[in-house]
Amino acid sequence: MKVIIIDDEPLARSIIREYLTFHPELELIAECNDGFEGVKAIQQMRPDLIFLDIQMPKINGFEMLELTEDPPAVIFTTAFDEFAIKAFESHAIDYLLKPFSQERFNKALSKILKSEKLVPAKNHLASLLASVISSPSEQQRVVVRLSGKIRIIPVEEIHYLEAADDYVKIHTLEGGFLKNKTMGHFESILNNSQFVRTHRSYMVNISEITRIDPYEKDNHLAILKSGAKVPVSKTGYIKLKNVLGL
Amino acid sequence: MARSPLSVSRFRNSFFGWWIIWASLHTLLITSYGYPLNLAVIDSLITNSLLLGACWIISNILRYYLPYSDRYWYVLFLSLIFSLTVNALSKFLLNMILTDPSESNYLIFLSNAYWIRLGIAFLLTGCMSVICVLWYTQEEEAENRQRKNDAEKLSRDAELYKLRQQLQPHFLFNSLNSISALIGSQPAQARNMIHMLSDFLRAILKKEEEQWVKMEEELQSLELYLEIEKVRFGHRLSTSIHKDVKSLEMMIPPMLLQPVVENAIKFGLYDTTDAITIYISVSAENNSLKITVQNPFDPETASPRHGTGFGLNSVKRRLYLLFARTDLVETSAKDKVFITTINIPRHESDHN
Repeated sequence: MKVIIIDDEPLARSIIREYLTFHPELELIAECNDGFEGVKAIQQMRPDLIFLDIQMPKINGFEMLELTEDPPAVIFTTAFDEFAIKAFESHAIDYLLKPFSQERFNKALSKILKSEKLVPAKNHLASLLASVISSPSEQQRVVVRLSGKIRIIPVEEIHYLEAADDYVKIHTLEGGFLKNKTMGHFESILNNSQFVRTHRSYMVNISEITRIDPYEKDNHLAILKSGAKVPVSKTGYIKLKNVLGL
Repeated sequence: MARSPLSVSRFRNSFFGWWIIWASLHTLLITSYGYPLNLAVIDSLITNSLLLGACWIISNILRYYLPYSDRYWYVLFLSLIFSLTVNALSKFLLNMILTDPSESNYLIFLSNAYWIRLGIAFLLTGCMSVICVLWYTQEEEAENRQRKNDAEKLSRDAELYKLRQQLQPHFLFNSLNSISALIGSQPAQARNMIHMLSDFLRAILKKEEEQWVKMEEELQSLELYLEIEKVRFGHRLSTSIHKDVKSLEMMIPPMLLQPVVENAIKFGLYDTTDAITIYISVSAENNSLKITVQNPFDPETASPRHGTGFGLNSVKRRLYLLFARTDLVETSAKDKVFITTINIPRHESDHN
């Protein structure tokens, strides 16, 4: 069984490496310094299990998982993160609190190994990520992948969001980025005094709006600083007026 | 801005009470010389209204400008100017009003009494000035006291907050995890790490008691902190500390730099994936202690809100409470380098 360790502290990786020597059935195939390396390594090497730190440079452990297609089984390791621990407990996901003992480590492993398939965490993981990513501390940015590269978009740089089939297109100054999420997801994670769902398929950053023009019957068009025109439905117009205090 | 004494109702009531008594006495005195009541009332009203105006102006002048040295000469000068003005104005006004020939007698009486009237006006305006100086000095002292109390409370809160929220959880548990890892592979280094960690914790606990510490002491615990972080982050973190000898003897509020350096590490290590160097420089300049902390950051991902977390805000707030100045902390970001500059005015303590 193949294992990858992802942690930015070399000593934190070395102790997991040391504990792993008691488990010859597990083969350590890679160690990663940060989330970027993690995403790449998982994609190329397809491990069965990863040990994942949460506080890491650039993108944290949760954001890394979010960017990973088909994530493997995960054992989280963290020193202290009240919020994350609460999330783990509510989703019955195993985690190791640093510093942890060999016994505790073995226990977490046997729990994972005992479960029938090695990726039962997948469902838990989806709901865990949904709750963690929508935590107040995480909504300041959105991470996306664009042809293998990872982009971190601060939310204030988003002009508007547009639904496109199974994706949401995030429009910024530098163009559009696709993210495999629903509009409902963004509606729940973004601050709704900043982003307003003006239409079934559109959500707009109100600080980007320069004017709102009437357009066909009860509909309107929001004109953005960038020149983009965003449809505003009848109910969307009411929401927009509420937020803008008109 | 301090309150004017005239805005406090108790003072104002007794002030106007005395004014009425004084104006009545003035009238009585003049009628006792055999002049008619209407003349006495006119004179008293004009002169005392002018005096009232002078007192009001004096209280406002001293409110906005309270001299620190030579303040008694200033008060003397102020009272003299105002009493001369009041006298000249009242003489001018009475000459304008009392035009009937029968009243010329009274005008002669007025000019004969010039010096005594000047003396009385000088005494009254002088009294008002002295009262105002005392009042505003006391007000200012009360304000300083309040500020000092707030500063003490905040530094206590900040230290407690740090121990509880920032230092203990992440830093402490991660350091313990490093020690746990080192015990297997490098026991000597593990022991060394335990010593550094205990020295650092001891230094923090000791500093909790003090209001001001020597820069040298502050730097020592800062260096310990950085050494521990270096063990944790390995080759990714290096530091360069420049200090001039003169600055080491200067005083600094304890634990002031800790949040700044933590901020630098957070910015530097968590915003980039490269190896980074944090530069700290401490120097004595004229009458102040200048500290700069420099770290790399990534302008693309670091949102502007990032830099003003608890760390830098608490430093700004503490310095404001100690010195009543908001210009002591400056930050600048250019070319992927973030620089925090802190100026600490020389502390007037027995140590220096």
